[in-house]
Amino acid sequence: MYDFLLLALLAGMAVAVVAGPLGSLVVWQRMAYFGDTLAHSALLGIALGLWLSFGEGTMVIVVCLLVALLLSVLEGKHKLATDTVLGILSHTFLALGLVAITMVPGGRTDMEALLFGDILTVTKSEVITMWLMSLAVLAVLKYHWQPLLSMVVQEDLASVEGVSVARYKLLLKLLLALIVAISMKIVGVLLITALLIIPAAAARQFSKTPEQMAVRASLLAVASVCLGLISSLLWNLPVGPAMVLSASGLFLVARTIA
Amino acid sequence: MKDEVLIRLDGISKQFGGQSVLQQIDLSIAKNRIITLIGPNGAGKTTLVKVVLGLLTPDKGSVQRSPQLHVGYMPQKLIIEPTMPLKVGRFLQFAEPDIELCRAALHRTGIESLINNPVQGLSGGETQRMLLARALLRKPNLLVLDEPVQGVDVSGQEGLYSLIADLRRELGCAIFMVSHDLHLVMAATDEVICLNQHVCCSGSPQQVSIDPAFVELFGTKTALYTHHHDHTHDLNSEVISERSDSHV
Repeated sequence: MYDFLLLALLAGMAVAVVAGPLGSLVVWQRMAYFGDTLAHSALLGIALGLWLSFGEGTMVIVVCLLVALLLSVLEGKHKLATDTVLGILSHTFLALGLVAITMVPGGRTDMEALLFGDILTVTKSEVITMWLMSLAVLAVLKYHWQPLLSMVVQEDLASVEGVSVARYKLLLKLLLALIVAISMKIVGVLLITALLIIPAAAARQFSKTPEQMAVRASLLAVASVCLGLISSLLWNLPVGPAMVLSASGLFLVARTIA
Repeated sequence: MKDEVLIRLDGISKQFGGQSVLQQIDLSIAKNRIITLIGPNGAGKTTLVKVVLGLLTPDKGSVQRSPQLHVGYMPQKLIIEPTMPLKVGRFLQFAEPDIELCRAALHRTGIESLINNPVQGLSGGETQRMLLARALLRKPNLLVLDEPVQGVDVSGQEGLYSLIADLRRELGCAIFMVSHDLHLVMAATDEVICLNQHVCCSGSPQQVSIDPAFVELFGTKTALYTHHHDHTHDLNSEVISERSDSHV
């Protein structure tokens, strides 16, 4: 009878375990705004999925990956500052997604679920997909951890030492796009980056090595997911925002103690 | 390419956003040579260094690297994200996973005691020594140093230069160095290249210091003699006139 809770918990965990290392990389590389842009474009994926009567989950992944590629191509090719370009694209994608979804004929318009997540309705097959993707991204991160980290620490030195920086930058963007795509169901498009960067920022307060920070961020993300679910049950809160607030609370605690 | 030449640049030009930064640069770095690049701000020194390192692709010209080329690089400055928890030893491990070799390199540059310190807390001089240690771990036959004493207090500059000179003797490597510090540059270097988007003049320190173009860039205070200009530069450092008169 508590199947939906177990599924919700498993779904949250799937994202939480990868949020540690990936979120740390996002924080180090200052990609938070980039993550937002990807998250906002996920809405467009939903709209396209509904429109084409194609799997919405798959379309979200496809759109996120395409936007990540588009942003890589645009990088450094314009005269505007990066945050301005991301600001334009991010909100354009969000608005486009919102418009497209209301235009879907006979489509559902549970906008709140899309914007803030709907983890309690997650299905078994969605949970399986999330875990497969999450473990795949974790494996790739683990395998390429040293060169990725070297690139994030100092690009030019990494490059001189033989790390192909352009390739790893693209890899990082694509991995982020995948995780953003599967996180949408959990916290919604507006709160995805929070789940990535807040646990990482909290873990920074008491970590002395990059690996410590990555692992502890995952633990904090798992804790945020659990606390969020529990508090939403106790006080009837929306789950996604409750998870993010739990992460923020843990951040404040880490900040105060450390 | 001759065995002795580690890297050769022919006719390198580079533009950024329509603005020319390097024009027709020829440069060759032979084994064991110390070459120093001098020039005013905006002269394209760092751009040229990045072309040598392969970090930038020139718009025109060719770069030939010897198969034996092994570069150690010391960037102009090091900015590490404050959110990155990173100790000095770990920073070196990106170049060499064996921590004992990293320790030895830090010992050689005189900061072994800082191996467990966070990189963000280092002073200017300590940071440069850490960067030098990372470059050493690559066992380079070419050491590329972009303003190695920048951000180092005056008393530390001499120590750092003599450390570089010692290391160069031990390794038997070539050095390609960007510097502002003309006195020290003149003392140690085999060849000085005076850059202001194009090569204004080059040669031994003695030759360069009496070259008119050198004084054009650095004024009389740094020069050993009074000179004649042969050309002047506009705001974009383009050569705008050839001159024969003296007006220093």
